[in-house]
Amino acid sequence: MSDKIPVTVLTGYLGAGKTTLLNRILTEPHGKRYAVIVNEFGEIGIDNELVVGADEEVFEMNNGCICCTVRGDLIRILDGLMKRKGKFDAIIVETTGLADPAPVAQTFFMDQDVSDAARLDAVVTVADAKWLSERLKDAPEAKSQIAFADVIILNKIDLVSEKELEEVEARIRAINPYAKLHRTTNCALPISEVLERNAFDLERIIELEPDFLEEGHHHHHDEDMQSLSVQIDGEVDPEKFMPWISNLTQVEGPNILRCKGIVAFPNEPKRFVFQGVHMILDGDVQDDWKPGQKRNSKVVFIGRDLNEKAIREGFLATAA
Amino acid sequence: MTSQTAPSLTENVAPVAAGAHVTGLAWLKGTAAFALADGGVLLAKDGETHRVEAHPDSGILVAVGDGERLLTGGDDGRVAVTGQDGSTKTLAETKGAWIDSLAVHPGGAFAYATGKRVIARDDKGKEKTLEVPSTARGLTFAPKGYRLAIAHYNGATLWFPNIEGKPESLEWKGSHLDITWSPDGRFIVTSMQENALHGWRLIPDKGHMRMSGYPSKTRSLSWSADGKWLATSGAEAAIIWPFESKEGPTGKAPRECGVRPAKVSSVSFHPNVYVLAVGYEDGCILLIRMNDASELLVRPSVKDSGITALAWDKPGKRLAFGCADGQAGILTLPT
Repeated sequence: MSDKIPVTVLTGYLGAGKTTLLNRILTEPHGKRYAVIVNEFGEIGIDNELVVGADEEVFEMNNGCICCTVRGDLIRILDGLMKRKGKFDAIIVETTGLADPAPVAQTFFMDQDVSDAARLDAVVTVADAKWLSERLKDAPEAKSQIAFADVIILNKIDLVSEKELEEVEARIRAINPYAKLHRTTNCALPISEVLERNAFDLERIIELEPDFLEEGHHHHHDEDMQSLSVQIDGEVDPEKFMPWISNLTQVEGPNILRCKGIVAFPNEPKRFVFQGVHMILDGDVQDDWKPGQKRNSKVVFIGRDLNEKAIREGFLATAA
Repeated sequence: MTSQTAPSLTENVAPVAAGAHVTGLAWLKGTAAFALADGGVLLAKDGETHRVEAHPDSGILVAVGDGERLLTGGDDGRVAVTGQDGSTKTLAETKGAWIDSLAVHPGGAFAYATGKRVIARDDKGKEKTLEVPSTARGLTFAPKGYRLAIAHYNGATLWFPNIEGKPESLEWKGSHLDITWSPDGRFIVTSMQENALHGWRLIPDKGHMRMSGYPSKTRSLSWSADGKWLATSGAEAAIIWPFESKEGPTGKAPRECGVRPAKVSSVSFHPNVYVLAVGYEDGCILLIRMNDASELLVRPSVKDSGITALAWDKPGKRLAFGCADGQAGILTLPT
C-alpha cells in the first residue's frame, strides 16, 4: 500500500469508553508507535511522547459549499507531526463526545497537504450499550457518530440484558447497517478490528451487502436518519450515472453523511467503485469483475431526511 | 532555460549534515543556525558545526531570527533562544501546548501564540496578552513601531501591545495561515487555506487585494528589499506580485519565474539586489535574476529532500538552505 500515515478517528458519546479503548490500543504489545491527538490531557494512562492537544476548530472552506467544513487545528497539527515522520507509525484522533465526525473525515479529502501525507483509515465509534438508545433520542451528535462509523464498538454489554442488547443493536442498524459491529465489555476486542481497516480505500470496498441483511430488506428506518441501498441487476450507463451521482451529492450533500457504491459500465472489464462524505466524492475503476460474477450495480447512502423515492428512481433511470 | 542547462553554482555549496527535518533557519551574524524537527539547533560556521539541544526530546515547529539570536517554538510548549555562541535558555513556557507561531522584533521584543492567546513581551520584559477570536496562526511585527499582526480564522488582527484600546480587525472570510507586513508598512498579506493570498491596503483605503490561482497552499513569502515585489511559493514557479503602486497587485498579473515540473516550497529575496532564491519540493534550488529571468543552479533535485528553509546572510554573500530529510548546505557566492 501507500506509505501514507494511516489515521483512525475515534468517536463516541461521553462515557462510552473511548479512553478505555485508547489506553488499550496504546498499551497492547503490537510494536507500533502512535501519535495521539486528544481533546483533554490527563485522561490517557500511559506516557506517550506524541500526545497532542487539539481545539476542535471547525472551519468552513471558503468555496461556497456549506457542508465543506474541515478541522483547522487538525491541519495545523498534522503539518507539525509530518516533520517528525519516523517517530510514529500511525495517528489516532480522538474527538469529544459532542463532535460531528464529518469535518474530521473531510479534512483528509479537502486539504491537499494532509491527503498527500496521511490517509483516513476508519471512523471507529464507541457506544454505551446501556445509554445509547437514550442518547439517540436526545443527542443528534450521537446519531451522526453512529451513522458515520465504519466500526461500532457496542461497549458495556455486561450492564444490559440480552433483550436490551438486541434492541439497541436494532436501533444502530436502523441508522447504519453497513458498519462492522462488535459487542464488548471494557472495549476488549482484538486491536486489529479497530486499526488498519482501510475503510476509505476504494480497493477495499468489495462487498456492500451487510452480512446480517436478509433478502428483501433494503432499508431501515430511524426517525430522521436512514440508510438506503438500491440495486440494478445489470449495468448502468456512465453518461447518465456520473452526472446523476455528481448532482445528487452536490444538491443533497448536506444530508448525505456517507455513500458508497459499486457499479458496472458496459464494455468495462473493471468495476467502478466510489465512496463519499457529504459533497466529497472519490471514485475510480478498480479490479476486474470476476468470471461468473454478476455484473450488478449497487449504491448505498446513509443520511438525514433522504428522499428515498427520488434517489431510488434516479438511480434506476441510469440503467444501461 | 531549464535547471539542467542553467549555469551551475553547485561547486560553491558546502554541504551541512543537519540530521533532521529543517523547520527553519536564520543567520546569526556569520553563523547559520538550522532549527530541527528533533529539537536541536545546528550552528554552522566556517565548515564547523555545533549542535545545541534547544528543545530536548521534542521538536522545533517554528524558528525566527533577529540577526543575533534564534528563537524557536517547540512541541514541548517552550520558546527557547539560542545564541551564536551555543548558549540556549527558555524564554517562555506554556503547559504542553504546541508553540508553532512566533515573531521577533528587531528591538528585542518577541511574541508567540498558544491557542487563541497571543503573548507579546517587549524589550524590557513587560508582557501583554491578547485573545483573538480563533487560534492564532501567523504572527509578524510591523516594520516600524511595536505593533503585531496576527492571522486567524476570518481575518487578521493588528495590535499595539503597549497601547490600551481595541485592536484593529481586518476581516476576510476563511482561514488565514501565514502573515507578512510589507517593508514600507503599507500592506498586510496572508496566505490562506484556500490556495490563495489575501491582502489589505492599510494606506490609504483599507482595500482588499485578492491573489489567487495557486494549485496548493503558499507557505513561504519573501519581500524584495525595497518592498516592491512579494515572492511566494505554492505553484510550479515562484509567483512574484508587484507592490510598487499604491493599489498593490490589484488588476496586475504576477511575474512567474523558475517554471519547473515541481512545486516551489521556499523563496527568499536577496537582501540587496533583485535576485530570488527559489527552493522546490523536489530538492532543487535556483537563483533567479528578476531583470532577465536568468537562472543559476544551486542544487539539483534530490529525492525526498524537498527544500524547507532558505535564508541569505545580511551582506547577501551566502545562502543557507535546509531540507525535509535533514540535508542542508551553504552557498557562498563567487566574488
